[in-house]
Amino acid sequence: MKPAPFVYHDPRTIAEACDLLATRENARVLAGGQSLMPMMNFRAVTPGHLIDLNRIGELSYLRVANGALEVGAMTRQRELEFSTDVGGRCPLLHEALAHVGHRQTRNRGTLGGSLCHLDPSAELVNVTALLGGTLHAVSTRGGRNIPFPEFAVGYLTTSLAPDELLAGVTLPLPRSGHGQAFVEFARRRGDFSIVACSALLGLDARGNIAGAAIALSGMSHAPVRPAAIERALRGQKPDAAAFKAAAAEAAKLDAAGDPFVSAGYRRHLARVLTYRALEQAAARARETAHG
Amino acid sequence: MTFTGFGASAKRKEDPALLRGEGQFVDDIHLPGMLHAAFVRSPHAHAKLGRIDKSAALAVPGVHAVLTYADLPEPVRRQTLPLLVPHPALRQPRMPYALAKDEVCYAGEPVACVIADSRYVAEDSADRVEVEYEPLPAVNDCRAALEPGAPLAHAGAESNAAARFPIKVGDADRAFAGAARVYRERIYQHRGGPFFMECRGAVAQYEAPTQSYLLYVSSQGSHRQKRCMLDLFDLGDHQVRVVTPDVGGGFGPKGSYYPEYANIAVAARLLDRPVKWIEDRRENFLATHQERDQYWDMEIAVDADARIIGVRGQLIHETGAYVPWGIVLPWITATTVPGPYVIPHFKLDVVSVYTNKIQTTPVRGAGRPEAVTTMERLMDRVARELKLDPAEVRRRNFIRPEQMPYNVGIIFRDGRPVTYDSGDYPACQAAALRAADYEGFLGRQTKARRAGRYLGIGISNAVEATGLGPYESATVRVSTSGKIVVYTGATPQGQSHKTTLAQIAAEKFGVGLEDVTVVTGDTAAVSLGIGTFAARTAVNAGSSVHLAAMEVAGKAKKIAAGMMECVESDLELADGNVRLKSAPDVKKSLREIAVKAVGTPGFSMAGGLPPGLEHTAHFTPEQSVYSNGTHVAEVEVDIETGAVTIRRYTVAHDCGRVINPMVVDGQVVGGVAHGVGNALFERMVYDENAQPLSATFADYLLPLATDVPRVDMVHLETPSPLNPLGVKGAGEGGTIPAIAAIISAVENALAPFGVTIAEAPITPQRIVELLGEHALGRTR
Amino acid sequence: MGDARTIAVTVNGRVHERTVETRLTLSDFLRHDLNLTGTHVGCEHGVCGACTVLVNGRSARSCLMLAVQCDGQEVATVESLAKGGKLNPLQQAFQDCHGLQCGFCTPGILMTLTEFLRDHPAPDEAAVRDAMTGNICRCTGYQGIVDAALAAAKRMRETRS
Repeated sequence: MKPAPFVYHDPRTIAEACDLLATRENARVLAGGQSLMPMMNFRAVTPGHLIDLNRIGELSYLRVANGALEVGAMTRQRELEFSTDVGGRCPLLHEALAHVGHRQTRNRGTLGGSLCHLDPSAELVNVTALLGGTLHAVSTRGGRNIPFPEFAVGYLTTSLAPDELLAGVTLPLPRSGHGQAFVEFARRRGDFSIVACSALLGLDARGNIAGAAIALSGMSHAPVRPAAIERALRGQKPDAAAFKAAAAEAAKLDAAGDPFVSAGYRRHLARVLTYRALEQAAARARETAHG
Repeated sequence: MTFTGFGASAKRKEDPALLRGEGQFVDDIHLPGMLHAAFVRSPHAHAKLGRIDKSAALAVPGVHAVLTYADLPEPVRRQTLPLLVPHPALRQPRMPYALAKDEVCYAGEPVACVIADSRYVAEDSADRVEVEYEPLPAVNDCRAALEPGAPLAHAGAESNAAARFPIKVGDADRAFAGAARVYRERIYQHRGGPFFMECRGAVAQYEAPTQSYLLYVSSQGSHRQKRCMLDLFDLGDHQVRVVTPDVGGGFGPKGSYYPEYANIAVAARLLDRPVKWIEDRRENFLATHQERDQYWDMEIAVDADARIIGVRGQLIHETGAYVPWGIVLPWITATTVPGPYVIPHFKLDVVSVYTNKIQTTPVRGAGRPEAVTTMERLMDRVARELKLDPAEVRRRNFIRPEQMPYNVGIIFRDGRPVTYDSGDYPACQAAALRAADYEGFLGRQTKARRAGRYLGIGISNAVEATGLGPYESATVRVSTSGKIVVYTGATPQGQSHKTTLAQIAAEKFGVGLEDVTVVTGDTAAVSLGIGTFAARTAVNAGSSVHLAAMEVAGKAKKIAAGMMECVESDLELADGNVRLKSAPDVKKSLREIAVKAVGTPGFSMAGGLPPGLEHTAHFTPEQSVYSNGTHVAEVEVDIETGAVTIRRYTVAHDCGRVINPMVVDGQVVGGVAHGVGNALFERMVYDENAQPLSATFADYLLPLATDVPRVDMVHLETPSPLNPLGVKGAGEGGTIPAIAAIISAVENALAPFGVTIAEAPITPQRIVELLGEHALGRTR
Repeated sequence: MGDARTIAVTVNGRVHERTVETRLTLSDFLRHDLNLTGTHVGCEHGVCGACTVLVNGRSARSCLMLAVQCDGQEVATVESLAKGGKLNPLQQAFQDCHGLQCGFCTPGILMTLTEFLRDHPAPDEAAVRDAMTGNICRCTGYQGIVDAALAAAKRMRETRS
């Protein structure tokens, strides 16, 4: 399983990379390689030009600014995993990362790579959807900001133009006091999740749900933010009845089946995991309120 | 000096080199001028093969040849690959050619072979070979394959049935006719494969001056590989040497002879350059032999006291596209069903069926896990119906130790009646249950249920034929350096032969393991050999080493007695010397004795002794010897997700006397991991056109360190009377009962919901489906 | 040769300068260009971990990296563990605890555990098993490996104190 021949480029700046993308036919960018290299080894993809982003220092950054995490596309998953900023301000991202592959894959894998590959079950994509991330694309034609719902357009397909590069992501941080949770079901540790559910719950002064955000991945080509379910939770007491109602609605979402996992099972897991995520998020919201 | 003889947990001689990364696996072999092969494989499960256009492929720079069937030399083209174990029940045996001739019968069947400067270039070229296929209907399921009107796996065949045979004892139909309690169980056991970490591979070199071939093959038996070469290429014994280097796991399928090995031998001769072929993992999913599907439809008849009156049924076994091992696999499965129980009447009708998938051949357990799963499901069913403790049902039916040797009444694949030589099945189960705290389980289960958690426990018993003949070879030689070499046809893939066989030999000479070298898997080193599979090495090779070493040690004393002018009984072997017991300083070194033994030019051999300080033995067992074991699995099932966690796993294991306890423990735990995989994770998925859909490690799940439990082990030892060491095989005992125990435990956990399980593996999705409404759990 | 580059990679402390095809994987470069055959190839799609090496001190799947990506970088393979041929404490623990059978997955596991024990000198069994999920073993059932890792960790802590 050896890759087909390609012309290799290792630009040192974003501008160089954009220029290459604009001028080379059948070009693909190489980030962490954890998704692209297997596909190239299988010859499932055969780029004519491989643009290696690993030497572009300006693509790798991690900082908190204006209530958001600003993350460069080439920031390694490992760096996010060990960041105290992330741990303090967005623990659910750490919870999600604990499920992402293995140490070896997180040492090389990047946030940008995961987002651009857009595997339906990718945990980092789920969290980006939950937080309402904005993706920053650049090309020789300039830059643009893409809200997440406009970014994920189809199965393994983003709305990036062929000459565009993802430069970074802005992830709005959950407000302090919000309960956060990330739960998933996978066959083995580190496997792609079959279904994952992340949740943010904010409580009002009376302890009722002021706001809720839920992202369910593994159902469709991209994580789903079930707006109706999120709306219905507002004003409710965060108790088993509310979670059950939300879970029952989650089971009605569309899901795709394949010879390995049926649509029915995915819907069932959506139900179970929505319940568990809300339950956990509520418990944590209460802890923070009393803490 | 630490004791390292028979029975010692001696540290392995293999380890230092392997740990330093100095192993010599087949892909580590570099020969000057070596070229690399890649194969063009059929994308269709069944098709007529048309024209092959090589022109674009040959035009790729660095390509030396593109072989198709038409390019094969006459003897290879004329005949199909050897059928290793023929049998009269095989009505229409089908075997492949080295390259597909006019029909392809499984997705992945080799159609052309490209030889190039590198594997990279060979793959570039293989992509450019244009092949015309006319797809034919493909047979995907072995049960459907027997329906009237089903497509044929082989065009022009009379049917898809490769063989039919009954296995029987007594008169099951008459016994069932009178039985009041008859219970039926159907079990579907899914395809799975060996998935060793080192893919297959071989290097072939043709030496024109001697007109002979040297092959390095990652195999489980060099002599079998050689024999197949001789047959297929029509060669003389002196024209083929096969050497098996370090092997990264075999588990059965590396014991077969594959078309790729023939192709690189052809290429090596054609191009007068060594040729290497290393299977990549995608090929491994397509082209390495696997095991199962099996559909079982069984009935058990019992009396009011749960004593078995009879067992009967039908087994539909999938052999895949060809039958390289004949009906060995279904035969082993069928004859393993009775297990440790007294079954006066038994009848199993077996049909082995062709499908358009890669062939099935023995994979660790070799059909025995499936048999045990079937028998143990029946026992669990009886327990449930009669409202008895499953352990008690088994207790009431065990063959008792005083009944040994026990003739089951059926014929094993070695042609001999299945006669258990020794074993104490009741004691084994009792030991396992004690160690598993079976008594305390009900309390654990009840407590957990109150907390909304579902625990289950499952028991399974197995008796396994091991130590299969016909023999294994061992030449024990004390060389003129004074060091001892053991040459054997045994061909290990991780079973520690280089340590265990050294232990047996070293003890006879009173030397340390560092003074004994074991050389395995080289057809030039020892003329006859069978190989390492089927848990046979301790019995066969071990006994041969024992016999040969005893003979040589005796000869050393005899020669020394002559040299020292004393009587043999005054002498002992220790520290590399033969010395007087009464005066240990009076001695002759093994080196001196060996030098004496090879003789001096011009002088006759002293005392009329045959020359050399060596002896070759081929221990020939009369029949298989029977190991046994009991597994107890304790699991927790999350009824909302269907996830299964193994909380506790206990094995009571009896493989007779044990050469190296540490090695045996490793074999058992390793075997349990395969069992966990087969029970919960491993499933080859095909579509209705027999296209493999699970073709990567992302789809086909092997158990990880977080999936395999720690195994609590209890050892029993009932020596076998049938070989000088009293040993039995240990390589598969971890796997054989495991699937049954785990499935049984899952079913026990789900008992409150009336769920029964009739398939392996059992997946979380399936558990949720079986639970229906109950899986809603707290979300209801 | 197709598209090629001249690279200088430091492997186990030694700089190797070679001209290689840009599509050559790091695993093939180590095994065939540098003749360091201790690193093994098991799947070439990033699951089995047999090819694990350390790149700039961090574990990585060498089948998913290109040799050219290691120009100017440092790679450590299993061959770097035994100084002067003497097994290091982790390797010795593997022999003591029967942590290998066929030995094919072993180099990758040794490199994974080398990083893990460096970062977590006092792990419990659960942590070791979790750390090993990126490596598949088909022979041992993992128990001997886990025992070896725990024994090595203990021995190394004792040596340090």
